[in-house]
Amino acid sequence: MENNETQNSRRTFLKTSLLAGGGLMIHFSGLAKFALPHTDEGVPAVILSEINGYVKISADNIITLVCPNPEFGQNVMTSLPMMVAEELEVDWTKVVVEMGPHDSVKLGPQFTGGSNSMRMYWKPLREAGATARNMLMLAAAGSWNVPVEELTTKLGVIHHEKSGKKATYGDFAAKASGIPVPKGVKLKNVKDFTVVRNSQKNVEGAKLVSGKPLFGLDYQHEGMLIAMIQHPPAFGMKLKSFDASAALKMPGIKDVFRQELYGDGFEQGGFDVRTFNEILVVVGKTTWEVMNARKKLIVEWVPAGDVKDTMAGRGGKTEVVVPGELETTAVQHRKMLEYAKKPAQQLRKDGDPETAFKNAAEIIERTYNAPFLAHNCMEPMNFFAHVTDEKALLVGPLQAPGWTEPTLMKVLNLPADKIEIQMTRMGGGFGRRAYGHYLIEAALISRRAKAPVKLMYSREDDSTYGIYRPMYTATYRAALDSNKKLIAFHVKGGGIPEHAIHANRFPAGAVDNYLAEGWAIPSNITVGAFRAPRSNFNAAAEQSFLDELAEAMGKDPIDFRLELLQRAKENPVGKNNDYDADRYAGVLKLVREKSGWSGVKDPKYSRGVAAYFCHNSYAAHVVDLTLKDGEPYVERVFSAIDCGIVINPDAATNMVQGAVVDGIGNSLYGGLTHKNGVVEENNFHKYRIIRMHEAPKKVDVSFVRNDIDPTGLGEPPFPPVFGAVANALYKATGKRHYQQPFALPKTEPTSV
Amino acid sequence: MITLNINKKNYKLDADPETPLLWILRDHVGLVGTKFGCGVAQCGACVVHLDGEAVRSCVTKASRAQGKKVVTIEGLSEKNNHPLQKAWLELDVSQCGYCQAGQIMSAAVLLKENKNPTDEDINDAMSGNICRCGTYLRIRDAIKLAAKENI
Repeated sequence: MENNETQNSRRTFLKTSLLAGGGLMIHFSGLAKFALPHTDEGVPAVILSEINGYVKISADNIITLVCPNPEFGQNVMTSLPMMVAEELEVDWTKVVVEMGPHDSVKLGPQFTGGSNSMRMYWKPLREAGATARNMLMLAAAGSWNVPVEELTTKLGVIHHEKSGKKATYGDFAAKASGIPVPKGVKLKNVKDFTVVRNSQKNVEGAKLVSGKPLFGLDYQHEGMLIAMIQHPPAFGMKLKSFDASAALKMPGIKDVFRQELYGDGFEQGGFDVRTFNEILVVVGKTTWEVMNARKKLIVEWVPAGDVKDTMAGRGGKTEVVVPGELETTAVQHRKMLEYAKKPAQQLRKDGDPETAFKNAAEIIERTYNAPFLAHNCMEPMNFFAHVTDEKALLVGPLQAPGWTEPTLMKVLNLPADKIEIQMTRMGGGFGRRAYGHYLIEAALISRRAKAPVKLMYSREDDSTYGIYRPMYTATYRAALDSNKKLIAFHVKGGGIPEHAIHANRFPAGAVDNYLAEGWAIPSNITVGAFRAPRSNFNAAAEQSFLDELAEAMGKDPIDFRLELLQRAKENPVGKNNDYDADRYAGVLKLVREKSGWSGVKDPKYSRGVAAYFCHNSYAAHVVDLTLKDGEPYVERVFSAIDCGIVINPDAATNMVQGAVVDGIGNSLYGGLTHKNGVVEENNFHKYRIIRMHEAPKKVDVSFVRNDIDPTGLGEPPFPPVFGAVANALYKATGKRHYQQPFALPKTEPTSV
Repeated sequence: MITLNINKKNYKLDADPETPLLWILRDHVGLVGTKFGCGVAQCGACVVHLDGEAVRSCVTKASRAQGKKVVTIEGLSEKNNHPLQKAWLELDVSQCGYCQAGQIMSAAVLLKENKNPTDEDINDAMSGNICRCGTYLRIRDAIKLAAKENI
């Protein structure tokens, strides 16, 4: 890997440190030398002085900025270093960006997900840039014997106007790295930004369009073998026995063995989810040879029955029984209908909803359902591992190295400083790569095979051996009085194996009598985060329901939402309402303006609107839909977003456009079903993913302009797309759609 | 043993001729710009040119490429300056970027055969290429931009 040549001895050289905002440490590392890049002979071509974990400067003024967070397409490798460059006052066009290794001491939490990167690093990275600049100035002031206050900096050059002296940062890099780290260095005013808030091109763009090795699957290592996993064919099954004699005779095959992941009583953290604890592994020379050998395996799988897992938790460990049922989608639906009738856990209650519903002139009740979803990252799961008894090197696509390292330590029985994790670019993530089981698998396989190994999943492995978006349902009820005024609101949500209800979200706080409840059905189907977890269902269901409610009340759907938000702002009901009514209303008003929303039926398009708040940001969409040969086609979308300060406007626009396309695709086509525990959609010919001809002609993106610290963007635009599509579809067909995906033949819960 | 001409270079490779071209490129030649996505010709991440025609290398046996000219993303242009590569950068198309080599290789064949493609033409030529990040709008615009530059 081009970017992974840095000779980084991560837990050395620490001299002093200061605590920056958000608890992130900036570590000063004295005269630590970083070699980059290497010449052909392996001799360091440039010596870099590390000013802090994020800034390295060579004597000839090459400024290298280190990106802490793994890149999965949200463009952090550009936008995070932009923050450092802004305060460091360097020429952005000449900056070299490299991906940092996993190093939580120097580089902070390093978690890509939860729309968190910008929010988490906004202050620390600006402080890192400003502090490094200050140290360079102090070094110059000392040498020139002038007060530091008289120095100015521009594009990586320090000036002393009075004496006419000037020098590059490179001239003082080595000296600056020996200065104690100053505290409380002043940050720039937002209005003075020249890098941030200006569109900057993707720093890896040129490498991407020329096929450079950037991804985990591209990683090469001397003597590297390929490993693939034969996993049970169904959820609820396990390996009984196998005969590998034919497979072992296939060309290039080195070994076939069974591998256990976690030992008995292993305490799993929240991100240690793994689908199968015992797997069958084939190791060989090349990918094709291993794929062929897999076909020759003779394996006996048996029902696993109920299995006990031990979960770690704040209150101590707990035992969880994972049921052994071989699940089928129709049965899952039937179970959900049964559970929905049972009493559920109360999550929030305001006023007296029971009495309000009893006295209502009209009650509207609707139930919404959504299937399991697979992430379908374009790059299948994979990881490189070279593990010996003494140390471990792991390289690959991973969202949360900091959560996987403790598990590696336990499983490999190695201390943290003997485990090196390097993060490659990810071919998509969407939450899937926050679960590091495939890295644990790779590590154990390498140790057993006594060789450097790249574990890779086939597409079928990736689809059928996943950590999916759960299956959800929710029933919404609204009570109207005789004046068609909303007097009570009730949501009861459930799912397999969790419900999606955020009890304190809108419209909580806007209705006098409010009740939120949740229930869950245990399952052996492994689930986890999927772009805007839970919100991606809620925004579909709740925003469809509000649309239907507005219609029943004879109100415009945007006006209706704005009225509720006004109420929540002026006279909020209850406590802990976790949204800002003004910012929420702001995106609705902006999308109304930009889309020319009039409430009058458009002769050309069927229009739907939805808005949602999640992951600290606000998004609203107006979707213009037509029917093309009876199939819904979203032709045009208007999006309004409030994510605070927009770091990199063009890249942010790209991400919103992508989220809109993703939302259209998943709402119309997405869904994963099971038959006797087997995932039925095992590749892209069965799992429909939105394609070029189904993508809108235009997605018009507007951002609310404000100076609020960045609040995140990867997830928030995604959920409300589902609701807007559902509402537009109603306009187009005259029928409400309650079951996702909307455009495919579906298994109706009532049809079983 | 198999002999292949890839990006104007001849390779003599110790591999089974039945091996899909994709794995020859990635595992035997070390050209990893061509991506593995699905293995069943559904996603287009592995598109390369075989005598100027777009083929899905994951289902194309190496033997079929013998005696033909194979071009991969690494060999599309001398200095990564194909009009499509330039347009891709100009419009900053990529998000994760994993599918983009395949997208560009599909688009290159489209532009060779159709100097001024309409939206319909682009839909027809590009619907075999999945972009999970949803960059289709920019891909479409970049193809049009490259077509304009070409004229």
